[in-house]
Amino acid sequence: MNDMTPVRATTPKDWETDQEVRWCPGCGDYAILKAVQRTMPEIGGTPENTVFISGIGCSSRFPYYMETYGFHTIHGRAPAVATGVKLANPDLDVWIITGDGDALSIGGNHTMHLLRRNLDCQIMLFNNEIYGLTKGQYSPTSRVGTNSPSTPYGSVDRPATPCAFALGSGARFVARGFDVSKNLPEVLKAAHAHRGAAFIEIFQNCIVYNKDVFEEFAAPKGAEGHQLWLRNGEPMMFGSEKSGGTKGIALDSGALTLKVVDVIDGDWKNAGVIVHDVTNRSLAHMLVEMPFGEFPMALGVLYDDPRPTFNDAVIAQNESASAGKTADLGKLLAKGQTWTVEDGHPET
Amino acid sequence: MASAFKDEHSGATPVQSDAVVVRFAGDSGDGMQLTGGQFTLSSALAGNDFATFPDFPAEIRAPIGTLFGVSAFQINFGSSAIDTAGDQPDVLIAMNPAALKTNVDSLREGGLIIADTGEFNQRNLDKAKYSSNPFEDGSLAKWQVLAFDISALTLEAVKPFGMGNKDALRCKNMWTLGLALWMFDRDRQPIIDWLNAKFAKNQVLADANIAALNAGHAYGETAELAGPLKQYHVDAAPAPAGLYRTVTGAESISYGLVAGAQLAGLKMFFGGYPITPASAILHHLSRLKEYGITTFQAEDEIAAICSAIGASYAGQLGVTSSSGPGIALKGEAMGLAIMTELPLVIVNSQRGGPSTGLPTKTEQSDLYQAVYGRNGDAPMPVIAARSPVDCFDCAVEAVRIAVEYMTPVMLLTDGYIANAAEPWLVPDLEGYKPFPVEFMESIPEGGFKPYARDHKLKRPWVKPGTPGLLHRIGGIEKELDTGHINYAPANHQAMTDIRSAKVNNVADSIPDQNVEQGAAGAKLAVIGWGSTYGPIKQAVRRKRAEGVDVAHVHIRHIWPMPKNMADLLKSFDKVIVPEMNTGQLKTILRDQFLVDAKPVNKVSGQPFTIAEIEAAIESALG
Repeated sequence: MNDMTPVRATTPKDWETDQEVRWCPGCGDYAILKAVQRTMPEIGGTPENTVFISGIGCSSRFPYYMETYGFHTIHGRAPAVATGVKLANPDLDVWIITGDGDALSIGGNHTMHLLRRNLDCQIMLFNNEIYGLTKGQYSPTSRVGTNSPSTPYGSVDRPATPCAFALGSGARFVARGFDVSKNLPEVLKAAHAHRGAAFIEIFQNCIVYNKDVFEEFAAPKGAEGHQLWLRNGEPMMFGSEKSGGTKGIALDSGALTLKVVDVIDGDWKNAGVIVHDVTNRSLAHMLVEMPFGEFPMALGVLYDDPRPTFNDAVIAQNESASAGKTADLGKLLAKGQTWTVEDGHPET
Repeated sequence: MASAFKDEHSGATPVQSDAVVVRFAGDSGDGMQLTGGQFTLSSALAGNDFATFPDFPAEIRAPIGTLFGVSAFQINFGSSAIDTAGDQPDVLIAMNPAALKTNVDSLREGGLIIADTGEFNQRNLDKAKYSSNPFEDGSLAKWQVLAFDISALTLEAVKPFGMGNKDALRCKNMWTLGLALWMFDRDRQPIIDWLNAKFAKNQVLADANIAALNAGHAYGETAELAGPLKQYHVDAAPAPAGLYRTVTGAESISYGLVAGAQLAGLKMFFGGYPITPASAILHHLSRLKEYGITTFQAEDEIAAICSAIGASYAGQLGVTSSSGPGIALKGEAMGLAIMTELPLVIVNSQRGGPSTGLPTKTEQSDLYQAVYGRNGDAPMPVIAARSPVDCFDCAVEAVRIAVEYMTPVMLLTDGYIANAAEPWLVPDLEGYKPFPVEFMESIPEGGFKPYARDHKLKRPWVKPGTPGLLHRIGGIEKELDTGHINYAPANHQAMTDIRSAKVNNVADSIPDQNVEQGAAGAKLAVIGWGSTYGPIKQAVRRKRAEGVDVAHVHIRHIWPMPKNMADLLKSFDKVIVPEMNTGQLKTILRDQFLVDAKPVNKVSGQPFTIAEIEAAIESALG
């Protein structure tokens, strides 16, 4: 985008299309769509410079409902299409919309490589732990024992942890939110502010095939005891008197793991509660693996430590390799060991 | 083709020959491809016309001395037009027993074997599964044999450079090349220049290789024996005046894509994934960044094509390239490009299949895949290059069709074309008509509809970033004009018909099918496509010289075909279709034109010989 162009103020309404939204009534996707449409004006986005790119699945219908440029591609391949879009026009603000099956099963390879390369874009993975559009088969994030049409006796394979996958793939920004959370726009804003691949896992309630599967931590009732909202520079605390006391996350230095500690009278320092540092990669590894139940669900920005982006590196190399050279194809073709034929007779 | 070595010869004047076929064969570590490449260059500089056939194993360093580790390079050079790498070598240079064993049967009867006896020890004979030494058991009686210890002569020549035995022996190929240069009366200087440049950072290696080259040459000069070693001279071939260079198919395609992008006024994005024999295109383009080219080595074949589609969506020329197995993986994404009506060029350097098949051998067996190989009714233009030089124009043509019709286009070439080299009259780029792309940049009269069409049925190309033209595209069926999602029965019928009609409209922009030799109405037509061009041309030429009423038709535009094709095919009494597959073009011709096309098939991983096509012509008319 040209810096001289004054940013046109938009409202959430400007980001809505005239298309009828076709998700099931009550689907968590509606809330995510609203959150994105609320976020776009706040980040100063311009609709024509924004592209939403999706794969296949319920979540991947998302681009049709955003008044931007949009590309609903094929199953699992949105990261690959996005890579071509961003390299061809790095001025575009690229958002990838994907799901647990799309990003981690059929498209796992592309997700990994996009994160590894650090393409400058946002990846919103709607995780509902189920294949919705194909009518309810278990997915790579479904918990062991999930009953589904393809696993009538319960699934037997262990699920993937999206944020751990992202971090393991080299992601420099990893965040979590959930569909109806009021904090989701803040997470999206942080993702957008990060230069490079920003990975956001959004727990999404599939009310038809996997209803309330995140209820244990997403339900408003008792939320403060089950949700750890991470904020950079602040102690990792959760809970209240109502939920059974204020608690914090501390390091069990003997076992090199995290532990939950009680915070008495607000004295978190004394309890050994860790101050969140979004640039601490070791901490991020522990946070993404923190098992819910024994621990609260870690939400918000888990990790944010930018590195040079793939698109910048490609463009810089294109420029440096071209420096001082002229693109004269005629000369190029005539280069090397050539010979001239005159009047049908060759001369070397 | 006249053969060398048929005259009794004595004295210092080189024997004049019209054309000679030489095959260099050795272990895959012996540097035969390099030797062949440099011999090709010397043929080019001598003004000969030529065609080459590199034939190497899929293994990078197969176990030394084994039959499957043999690498060969054949060149046919002459003083008149050369269209194939030659049916049978006149000279076989065999660097070890395995090379002799695997290649000698193709040598012309009476042809010359030059062999390195230094490698014919018991261990190597065993590896080549020789029960006795072929030089001693009379099994080579129908050929002339010149066997001497090239290994020892090389070691002697490079002795002053103090190299280890192993390194010294690696100069054997240059010794052999030196001998070959003497045999065919060639100038050594270009090769010496090349060696100096190649080993610029290691003068000892350069000097040793040059010493070996000179020693091989001197050996020919001084040891011009009463035996079969004689010097031959092949005159320059008459050729149109101009500047020439050698070019392989992979180079020619790369340059053609660059030219196409320039004629379209676009930057190019090339998404590729390493695969034999297509990788060379990725390698060439990666070095041409100043031409506005971004190359992207993707994580897999699917990402390679999808990234190219993304780049086309963003307003560049998206190109991807692969060989059969990779093309299969790209199938779904081609459907996406067809559905979203974005320009895209897909280059398929075909190889033997199915599955991994024969990675380094040539075949034309992806024609069904190109024309029919996608889910749904997914029509896509397909064009096929006939030779390394022809790849340039075909690549330009593929780009033109892609941008003028907003469609993916498949460009077929094959392993033979990709690797083979031939002389190329460097084209004058002024002679190519530009086809500049016009992006839609503002709302047209009557409002903006992303799937509204022009008279050719092309939809507009809108770059994301353009204000006022926001829209969404995708692989789900599109509504007429608006491009919104629409599953209605009548709409799918209409859109399917439009996609098909649009591709058929490409026929309006291509020339009528020509007849290469002979004329419409001939008793027999030999219909070819792709790299069978050389052998068909020569076979038809020979038969016509004998008075046979046979014509040669070679198809570049396979889908859609030129508009006169039906009438042309029906004018012939008989039609035969030689292909390096089990009859794929034959099926398409029968399907499209109800002609009784008869297949002539070969799937050995080797190109057709001229003799095989001649035999097919005789048999068809018999």
